[in-house]
Amino acid sequence: MAQQNTNGKRKSTIKKVWHYLKNYRFLLILSILMAALTVAGTLYVPILVGDAIDFIIKKGQVNFAAIAKILEKGATVILFTGITQWIMNICNNHITFHVTRDIRNEAMKKIEKLPLKYIDGHSYGDVVSRVIADVDQFADGLLMGFTQFFTGVVTILGTLGFIFSIHVGIALLVVCLTPISLLVARFIATHTYSMFKLQSETRGEQTALIEEMIEGEKVVKAFGYEKRAGERFAAVNDKLQGYSLKAIFFSSITNPSTRFVNSLVYASVALSGALTAIGGGLSVGQLTCLLSYANQYTKPFNEISGVVTELQNALACAARIFELIEETPETDDKKDALVLANPEGNIELSHVNFSYTTEKRLIEDFNLNVKKGQRIAIVGPTGCGKTTIINLLMRFYDVNKGTIMVEGTDIRDITRESLRTSYGMVLQDTWLRSGTIRDNITMGREGFSDEQIIAAAKEAHSYSFIKKMPKGLDTYITEDGAGMSQGQKQLLCITRVMLDLPSMLILDEATSSIDTRTEQKIQNAFAKMMAGRTSFIVAHRLSTIQNADVILVMRDGHIIEQGNHETLLKQNGFYAKLYNSQFAN
Amino acid sequence: MKKKDFMKKLLYFMKDYKKESVLAPLFKMLEAFFELFVPLVVASIIDDGIVPKDSGHIIRMCLLLLVLAAVGLTCSITAQYFAAKSAVGAATGIRYELFTHIQTLGYEEMDTVGTSTLITRMTSDINQVQNGINLVLRLFLRSPFIVFGAMIMAFTIDVKAAMIFVVAIILLSIVVFGVMFITKPLYKKVQSGLDTILGTTRENLTGVRVIRAFHQEQAEYNKFLAENEELTSLQKFAGKISGLTNPLTFIIINFAILVLIHTGAVRVSLGTLSQGQVVALYNYMSQILVELIKLANLIISVTKAMACFNRIQDVFHIEPSMKEGTKTVAAAGNTTPAVEFKNVSFTYAGGGDHAVENISFKAMPGQTIGIIGGTGSGKSTLVNLIPRFYDVSEGEVDIAGKNVQDYTYGSLRNTISVVPQKAQLFAGTIRDNLTFGCPDATEEQIEEALAISQAKEFVDTKEGRLDAKIEQGGKNLSGGQRQRLTLARALVPQSDILIMDDSASALDYATDARLRKAIQDMKRKPTVFIVSQRTSSIQNADMILVLDDGKIAGQGTHEQLLKSCNIYREIYETQFKKEEA
Repeated sequence: MAQQNTNGKRKSTIKKVWHYLKNYRFLLILSILMAALTVAGTLYVPILVGDAIDFIIKKGQVNFAAIAKILEKGATVILFTGITQWIMNICNNHITFHVTRDIRNEAMKKIEKLPLKYIDGHSYGDVVSRVIADVDQFADGLLMGFTQFFTGVVTILGTLGFIFSIHVGIALLVVCLTPISLLVARFIATHTYSMFKLQSETRGEQTALIEEMIEGEKVVKAFGYEKRAGERFAAVNDKLQGYSLKAIFFSSITNPSTRFVNSLVYASVALSGALTAIGGGLSVGQLTCLLSYANQYTKPFNEISGVVTELQNALACAARIFELIEETPETDDKKDALVLANPEGNIELSHVNFSYTTEKRLIEDFNLNVKKGQRIAIVGPTGCGKTTIINLLMRFYDVNKGTIMVEGTDIRDITRESLRTSYGMVLQDTWLRSGTIRDNITMGREGFSDEQIIAAAKEAHSYSFIKKMPKGLDTYITEDGAGMSQGQKQLLCITRVMLDLPSMLILDEATSSIDTRTEQKIQNAFAKMMAGRTSFIVAHRLSTIQNADVILVMRDGHIIEQGNHETLLKQNGFYAKLYNSQFAN
Repeated sequence: MKKKDFMKKLLYFMKDYKKESVLAPLFKMLEAFFELFVPLVVASIIDDGIVPKDSGHIIRMCLLLLVLAAVGLTCSITAQYFAAKSAVGAATGIRYELFTHIQTLGYEEMDTVGTSTLITRMTSDINQVQNGINLVLRLFLRSPFIVFGAMIMAFTIDVKAAMIFVVAIILLSIVVFGVMFITKPLYKKVQSGLDTILGTTRENLTGVRVIRAFHQEQAEYNKFLAENEELTSLQKFAGKISGLTNPLTFIIINFAILVLIHTGAVRVSLGTLSQGQVVALYNYMSQILVELIKLANLIISVTKAMACFNRIQDVFHIEPSMKEGTKTVAAAGNTTPAVEFKNVSFTYAGGGDHAVENISFKAMPGQTIGIIGGTGSGKSTLVNLIPRFYDVSEGEVDIAGKNVQDYTYGSLRNTISVVPQKAQLFAGTIRDNLTFGCPDATEEQIEEALAISQAKEFVDTKEGRLDAKIEQGGKNLSGGQRQRLTLARALVPQSDILIMDDSASALDYATDARLRKAIQDMKRKPTVFIVSQRTSSIQNADMILVLDDGKIAGQGTHEQLLKSCNIYREIYETQFKKEEA
């Protein structure tokens, strides 16, 4: 049953691979054609040589005219075969690399459309390794499959055909000996499989350790952990060494063993051939030719056994990629979805229910009416789920029940693009891309002059440090803005929003790493620009939110209080407690 | 030069496997050696068996073939074992050395190299190298041996015919090495192309919210398309060239066979060669062909491995810019400053302006030093100089009266505990994380640290308490919880100097206030450095340093600074007004 299941899965994976392959079916046909021609040419050469040798008998018995004719023919065949082989190689390369390109593109397209739920729920490393490592493995397998599997099969069939044409008895002998090679390869493969599994498990363990220790290198150094890190690493490393050695050694027995079988075949052909030749049933040339075939015949077998493992691996990798590609994307925008144009900033949440998982209920029957220009603050202790509200407003997640309306339209009836670009968002988790400072500020929005960018940077108080960077706006920053302080990163993120301020703002701890003096200047700038703009502010500095129109107090994912500063203080509830604690020093 | 260096480095990693690295190819050669006898045996079958119709000789010769095969098998398996042992051993060594090397790199180097490329190099690049070594030991000696061996055997048969082998081998070498020479830099490019698309994929995951908020999905996709296209064309180009190897070797060898037949025909008609000998020569040529076709398939792997080893070497070539001192920190009494900065300036690598400039101050043992200033004013930079995470560009940092550069790293790290800005935890239990800097910490030390850091309240609610699991990066904890654990981690070793780099930013006011009080009430009195943006966090400090644009703008107590320092007063007022309003 389980076997059937995996078989079925494998079959459907092959089907999916075919889906990508079929765009290149002409190349594929060409490649198969070239492979057939190449094999034919490769096998024909020994026949010609055998024929020629039969014209070289002994002193005085050499037929030069016949030999010259054969050589001429041989030269043509060889050149022709070389060319077809090259064409075949190019076709295979082309198909393989284009298929992997297509698969990667498809995967990326899906990443851009995956619901946040998926991305939040999977480690980045896992997704990245599917797109990079798995696709690579798949490509290797595919390429090997093409270049070796097909030519291998054709070679075996062709060789057998030629052997049969020369001598049926010897051919039958070869056919009888064939299964030994396959059995040996299979026996070794099944026994090495468990070693390979152990190896890849240990490798995974080691990679996790490497990732962690290199990423946390600064902490490692600060606490003098290097030595113990080294010891932990050495332990896994030694374990891996043991497993790797076994896996590699056992798998590498395959080749000599099948070659030994090959030698058996060779010796049997030599024996039976030579004895037949004594009886006159075979010429010396034909025997040479047979031996040369015997040499070639079994080689594809061990190649094919290698390819089969490789292909299995490739299919397993392909299955992981397809899993990603087939994830359900965010639902498409409705066909008649509204394009939100210059919204004023009226937002209404009615009877909103939401939770990330069904076991843990979070937001229940939440109602909020925001008029244009209002300021909504969300407060609560760390880890209380303040960002959930933002996830819902931006439609990173959909509500389970109830509606969120912007300008009277359910946000599910609005295009995501127009909804999201109507908000200016600054998150606590500052994210910078590798690229220039300019790229990081414009974020692909076109048509901004340097003056405009600089003006926004001045407004966000980031210009003072940008201007000091080696190349100003054109300074290239590496992944995650290494070398910049947390506060500077945050200022850059604010500059992004300042550049083109939409009518609604979401500020999630947007100034948590910025000193209070700069923060106040930025707040002033925001305030100036926020006039008439609706804003949602998440903060733990209560001072920044006191003059909000509505304060939502959250705890453990629930909204427990709602009102303005004065009414909440009067209620003397959780907010009042939080507020008073800051003076408790 | 570079090539020599490359070989030297690689040999260095194989030094513990000298025996294996020699025996593997040796046994491979033995195997090949026995294989080279096969054509001779076949020639004998033809000339001494078939021609005189001696079936006894044929049977004996065929048995000899079997013996040769069995000996070959034994040699080959022995060789495979040694090759595997040597390759895996060398790779294990490289991995370990690379890991330790990365550990010796300073903050400065880590800032410039970037983590993701280090991770690929430690994992996939080294695996490629292991694969490469294994193949080289197994084939790169066997193949030339078969090739040259076949040539030498040809010489024993007929010198004139053997010359054909010489010419063919020269042509083949040109093809094989030419292809390797051309494709090696190409594969290096392919690998870095892979780095690029890996980076973009990662970015699209980590920045998914920002990308979608700015509706950059299409633009990002297009960027990926372009990078992927470039990778594909690189791969295709490299593939086209390495794809030439097989057809070219095929053509060269088969043409050599044709020439051989022709020469053979002439020699036989002159009576210098027998038919069997021609067959033997032909068989030798075929052996070369078979061997080279195998080799051609592997050249790609080996070339890739070489490119990968170069990438690994690039990391080895990054020298740590700092030299470790030899002294250990000794208690210096109460009159020597615990930490002293003498005219210190510092510039980040490649970062133009001074990050901090001309800083001088003294921190006496047991004092609390507050550091405040605007974003990017150099606060973190300043405290990073104390445990010598970076070396000063000018001036001197002293600990207990001696230059930090004189101390061993171990002794410095034992004296100084740091709570970094970024709250970074490691996979393992809470206990593992708390004893990170101090493996032999007692239960009391741990409990005290938990209590002071305000982490106790949430640790108590965890199942298993100290043995509760923490996921990689502390993903299963909130930002505030992570920050409190990093605090506790720094408190466990009970070091003489404690540095808190804005490490309460994720805590709400109530927790922050309790934390400050607990640190004040500590029985032990370490020298404490507190970097903060909140005046409330530092106003009780014995001395406050006000930084502005990398320079000290004011130095003194809260009261003194309120009077004398405009910037401090401004910072205070923005917060004071807000908090009192």
